[in-house]
Amino acid sequence: MTLLSLALAGLRDNRLSHLLSVLMLGIGLGTVTLLLLFSGTLADRLGRDARDIDLVVGAKGSPLQLVLSTVFQADIPTGNIPLAEAEALAANRQVRLAVQLALGDAVGAFRIVGTSPAYLTLYDAHLADGRLWQKPMEAVLGASAAARLRLKPGDSFVGAHGLQGEGHLHADHPYVVTGILAESGTVLDRLVLTAVDSVWEVHEHHHHHDADHDDDDDGDGDGDAERAGREVTAVLIQYASPVAAISLPRHINLETPMQAASPGFEIARIYSLVGVGLDAFRALAASLILTSGLSVFVALYERLRARRYDLAVMRLLGASRRQLLVTILLEGVLLAGAGAAFGLLLGHAGVLALHHLLPAGHAFAVVSSAWRVEEWLVPALAAAVGLVASIIPALAAYRCDVSAALAGAEV
Amino acid sequence: MLAVNGLSYAYPGGAALRFPDFALAAGETAVVAGPSGSGKSTLLMLIAGLLTPATGDVQVAGRQLSEHRGAAGDALRGQLMGVVLQSFRLLGHLSVVENVVTAQFFAGRRPDRAQARAVLASLDIADLAERRPDALSRGQLQRAAIARAVVNRPPLLLADEPTSSLDDDAAEAVLALLTDVSGRLNAGLLVATHDSRVKARFSRIVELRQSAEGAP
Repeated sequence: MTLLSLALAGLRDNRLSHLLSVLMLGIGLGTVTLLLLFSGTLADRLGRDARDIDLVVGAKGSPLQLVLSTVFQADIPTGNIPLAEAEALAANRQVRLAVQLALGDAVGAFRIVGTSPAYLTLYDAHLADGRLWQKPMEAVLGASAAARLRLKPGDSFVGAHGLQGEGHLHADHPYVVTGILAESGTVLDRLVLTAVDSVWEVHEHHHHHDADHDDDDDGDGDGDAERAGREVTAVLIQYASPVAAISLPRHINLETPMQAASPGFEIARIYSLVGVGLDAFRALAASLILTSGLSVFVALYERLRARRYDLAVMRLLGASRRQLLVTILLEGVLLAGAGAAFGLLLGHAGVLALHHLLPAGHAFAVVSSAWRVEEWLVPALAAAVGLVASIIPALAAYRCDVSAALAGAEV
Repeated sequence: MLAVNGLSYAYPGGAALRFPDFALAAGETAVVAGPSGSGKSTLLMLIAGLLTPATGDVQVAGRQLSEHRGAAGDALRGQLMGVVLQSFRLLGHLSVVENVVTAQFFAGRRPDRAQARAVLASLDIADLAERRPDALSRGQLQRAAIARAVVNRPPLLLADEPTSSLDDDAAEAVLALLTDVSGRLNAGLLVATHDSRVKARFSRIVELRQSAEGAP
């Protein structure tokens, strides 16, 4: 027998009301867990996906939409820009690295992105299997995309028009998988990468399908005249020097038909938009935890009144004031511990449920149910609630007047 | 074994209560008698060290509980005396054997389930060890409460109104049991009661006559 086993026996004694307290606390802490997982993964993801991209250049429109659609692959693009402009940018002395992106098709829920191998270097991505694309209609798949689509090097697939893969199939232009990327925890995991030429090839064929266009299977063999009409969706840029941050966006926005958007600035805007929702969630979690703390307090305090005589008997048996104090505090902390465990399970189960409910390519599907360091906050919060809720009943037990309690119950 | 000298108690309201001097040898039994409000329960609390006397002292087995403050005094109380209360109050959320083990634990001894069961067996209730108190008859409760009081083999047994609301046969049974176990332990037995049936059974009687104003 220990004070712990006494506390456990005390909790068993009034299990329905204690179960209710644990449930309430668990729901409150589950909401906190969900918030931590959600905002943590979001912050990680936003930071990691945009880490090495200083500027995005694309068609005029909403800068937030431009960043969302090209850096995070989570919105439809603002439009296209002429290839010539994109190439001029790459030649600009203020630009160290320019990565072209050409969007338009998808396979299943995964976007097909026409780009150059430099796109991979932005994220330090490595091949897990196979090799990079070397000619049009060869593709490299991100880890999640490959797993979901069940594709491996040597397999072939066809893209569908539209970014959700909902349009008609480009059945006569199959891609061949040449490689699979190792999981990088970035946007690349959810993409299908290929040469920009592949996208042109599929779409030129598509656009001129009814015209008397001579199908040109060799994307490398295009003449200047043909390149002149070509477009890409956006260019991701790394500055050559910090000075570029001042002059380059200005130059692009004022003197070209394109717009330049800073991912860092747009992430801050995302936060200010999402932040309101997160704050509402936080307030909800706080009120749930407050209510459950109150219910723990009421449960312990009510039972203490009923147990005054028992406490007096324990004193008669030789229990010290401090032993009674610790026993009641332990009851509060045990309830809180159970609430914390339940809350953590609930939060993680919630994320797993989200994964089942959302389509594979959905931007929120990136929220990971993996354990995060910040989750120490959940048991800490629970311990605080348990201690605060039990301190008054515990002190009342400490101060319990044995002879009055015995006399009172002896009526 | 038990010596009460010049003992008085001042209630928080200001009223004071004086107790007669008396002593109890090992194996000796006595009744503290008196009407309601004469301070019987107060005397037991003073002996148990749960109230602080205004004057005088109480010695149990040569030790003065009021000199041992805090947790040490509490554990000493658990070792020096076993208490049987009116209606035998067991801890309702613990089984019978756990109630007995609790007395070992709070007396600062190593909890010993085997010994607790042996004590239950000596009182013929070994088969009730795992029952909850609310599943016990009154007679079984008495035996369980006595088992809890004697498990630490204390030199002094205190009983507060053990026969109230019992019929004659039941009252006789519990008194016989108390005198039997105190005899076996060679412990002093002090029974506080206003029940004339109890007084008739014991030869030594400590009468509390005065009544303090404001006393409970």
